[in-house]
Amino acid sequence: MQDFNATSHPSLPQLPKAPTGIDGLDEITEGGLPRGRPTLVCGSAGCGKTLMGVEFLVRGILEYDEPGVLMAFEETAEELTANVTSLGFDLTGLQAAGKLRIDHVHIDRSEIEETGEYDLEGLFIRLGYAIDSIGAKRVVLDTIESLFSGFPNQAVLRSEIRRLFRWLKDKGVTTVITAERGDGSLTRQGLEEYVSDCVILLDNRVIDQITTRRLRIVKYRGSTHGTNEYPYLITQEGISVLPVTSLLLNHEVSNELVSTGVPALDDMFGLKGFYKGSSILVTGTAGTAKTTLAAGFANEVCEKGGRCLFFAFEESPQQLVRNMNSVGIRLAPWIENGQLQIEASRPTLNGLEKHLVSIHKQVSEHKPDAVVIDPISNLITVGNISEVRSMLTRLIDFLKVNNITAMFTSLLSARNERQEMTEEGVSSLVDTWISVRDLEGVGERNRGISILKARGMAHSNQVREFIVTNHGIQLLDVVIGPTGIVTGASRLTQQLQEQAQARAARLELERKDRELARKRLVLEATIANLRTEFESVEEELRQISHEEQSRLRSGNGKHQPADAAEGEHTSASADQ
Amino acid sequence: MRSSHHETAADAEGEPAIEYILHLYITGATPNSTRAVRNIKALCEQHLRGRYELLIIDIYQQPALAKREQIIAAPTLVKKQPLPVRRLIGDLSETKRVMEALGLPDLPLNNSHE
Repeated sequence: MQDFNATSHPSLPQLPKAPTGIDGLDEITEGGLPRGRPTLVCGSAGCGKTLMGVEFLVRGILEYDEPGVLMAFEETAEELTANVTSLGFDLTGLQAAGKLRIDHVHIDRSEIEETGEYDLEGLFIRLGYAIDSIGAKRVVLDTIESLFSGFPNQAVLRSEIRRLFRWLKDKGVTTVITAERGDGSLTRQGLEEYVSDCVILLDNRVIDQITTRRLRIVKYRGSTHGTNEYPYLITQEGISVLPVTSLLLNHEVSNELVSTGVPALDDMFGLKGFYKGSSILVTGTAGTAKTTLAAGFANEVCEKGGRCLFFAFEESPQQLVRNMNSVGIRLAPWIENGQLQIEASRPTLNGLEKHLVSIHKQVSEHKPDAVVIDPISNLITVGNISEVRSMLTRLIDFLKVNNITAMFTSLLSARNERQEMTEEGVSSLVDTWISVRDLEGVGERNRGISILKARGMAHSNQVREFIVTNHGIQLLDVVIGPTGIVTGASRLTQQLQEQAQARAARLELERKDRELARKRLVLEATIANLRTEFESVEEELRQISHEEQSRLRSGNGKHQPADAAEGEHTSASADQ
Repeated sequence: MRSSHHETAADAEGEPAIEYILHLYITGATPNSTRAVRNIKALCEQHLRGRYELLIIDIYQQPALAKREQIIAAPTLVKKQPLPVRRLIGDLSETKRVMEALGLPDLPLNNSHE
C-alpha cells in the first residue's frame, strides 16, 4: 500500500503528452495524445478519421509549432487540400512554409507482381525523408490498412507494420494512425495489436434516423482519461468534442442584471431581474404565454441596446413578429437594424448535434448578449431525453462560458407536469426557473406566474396572476380570498365583496362618529345647564352676603339684629 | 512526375532497338537488393540482350525519388517500357513470374526449361 502511494506521488514525471488542439479532446485525454508514441484512431466510414488526423497536424503546426508529415494512402494531396479548405486549413500554404509534408502513397494492386522476398523499406525511406526534411514532430498515417489491399503477403506486411510503429516510436514522433472499423474488432486488420499506447474509437450511430457521432477512448496506456462516449461534431472549425462531464464549472460570472421585460416580474426578483450570463427556464402548459414572455425578454434586451438571437422551433419569423405585434411587442425594428435575429427551423430538420452546431455557429457569428430558444421541449422529437439533456447541458455551458444570457421555454404536458420536468432534467442546470401555468377555476382558466427558483437572489414566493394585454404582459395585484389566491371572475367577485365590506365599515364608522357627536352635544348641554344653575345660586349667595355685610355695618352697636340675621340665614339654607 | 520519365524514355529511344526500360529501386546492399540486382542482370542478359536499358537506383541515396516514383516495397523493379507499366516487387527470384510480368514470350521460358 505504501509502495503504491510512493509510485503515484505527484512529483514523479507524468507521461509526456502532445496537445492536439482539437476542441475538447485534450480535456478528455487530460492533455493530449502520448508524445512520441503512436495513437490509433479507428472508426467506420464517415466518422472524420482523416479530418481528425489533418486537424491534429494543422493545429500542431499553428498552435504548438510542431511540423507534421501526412502520409495519405487513400487521397492525393490535392484532394485532401481541397477537402479541408472548407474548414479553413490551408495545407498548400503550410507546405510552402516548410511546416507540412504530404506524401500520397499510391497503391495499385493490378500493377504489382510479387517476385520474391521483399520488405517495405521504401515506405520507411519516404517517411524518414519527409520527417527529416522539415524536422517533423507529428506524423499521420491515413489508413495504413490500404497496404493490405496492395500487398498479398500478409506475413511480410504485418511484420513490416510492426517494425514501422517501432521505428516511429524510436524516432520520437507523435503518430496518429487511422484505421477502418472491423467486424467484431476495432480495426479490420487488427492494427490495435500493434498500437498499444492509445486507441480512440470514433462512432457514427443512427438512432431513429438521426445520426450522432461519438468518440470514446478505448485505452490510453500510462494515463487516466475520460471513459465515456462523448458526442463530437464536425463544425466549420474542425472537430469539436463536447465532453459533458469534464467541463469545469469555473466560468467567469457577472454581477450585471438584465430585466425580464415585464416590470412587475422584475419586482418579483430580489435584485429586479436576471443575472447577465445566467440561464432561465420558462416552463408551462400549452397557451400559457411562454413565447410572449420570451419575446418580451428579447425585446427588452434589444431596447437596452443589446443583441439577441432567437431560435424558434415552432413559428416562422414572420409569424412570430405578427403574433407579438398583437400584444404590443414590436420586434420588426430590431430585426431591421440587426439587433435581433430570428432563426426558425423545424427541430426534425437536423439531429441534435447539428442543432448544437448551428447554434454554436450562429452565436459566434451574431455575438448576442442573449439567446432565446423556444421551445426546447420540441427537441425531444429528435432525440431521447438523455441526449437532449446532454445537448442542453453543453449548450448551457457554452452560453455561460461566453457570458450570454439564455432563456429557454419548455412545454409541459398537463398530465404529468412534475415527472416531465425531472426527466428532461434541465431544471437543475438552469439558474432561474419561472413557471407559468393555468389556474383553472370555476368555468374559466387564468394564467399564473411564479418563480420556482432564482439562484443567487431572493425572490417572491407568490403565484401572480397575469394577463396578456395589447401592451404586453401585465401582472395583476395579488388578491387573497378565504381559500387562497383568487383569480379571474372570482377575483372580481372578491374585489366587489371587499368593496362592499369596506363601504359597510365606513358607514359604521361614520355612524359611530355621529353618535359621539350627539353624546358630546348632550354633555355640553348638561354642562351648560349646571353652569346656569350654579351661576344663579352663586348670584343669590353673593346677594345675601352683600346684604349681611351692609346690615353689619349699619347696626354696629346693637346685638339684636345679629340673631335675626342668623335666623334668616338658616331659613335661606333650608330653602335651597 | 510520370511525364518526366516519358522524356527519359524518349531520350532512350534515340538509340535503336531499345524495347525495355527497366528501373530497379534497391535499398543499399541488403540481401534482397543484392539478389534482385543479380537476378535482373542475369535475366536481361539471357533474354533481352541489346534490347533493354536497366537503371539501378539506391533509394537510400535518393529518397526523393522514392516518393516521386511511388516506391513502397524494396526492392521494386518498374517496367517503364513497353506499356503497361508494371511493378515487380521482391528479389526477382521467381523467374517465371518475372518473365510473365515483363511480358516475355514463352520461347525464353522453354529455354530455361531443362
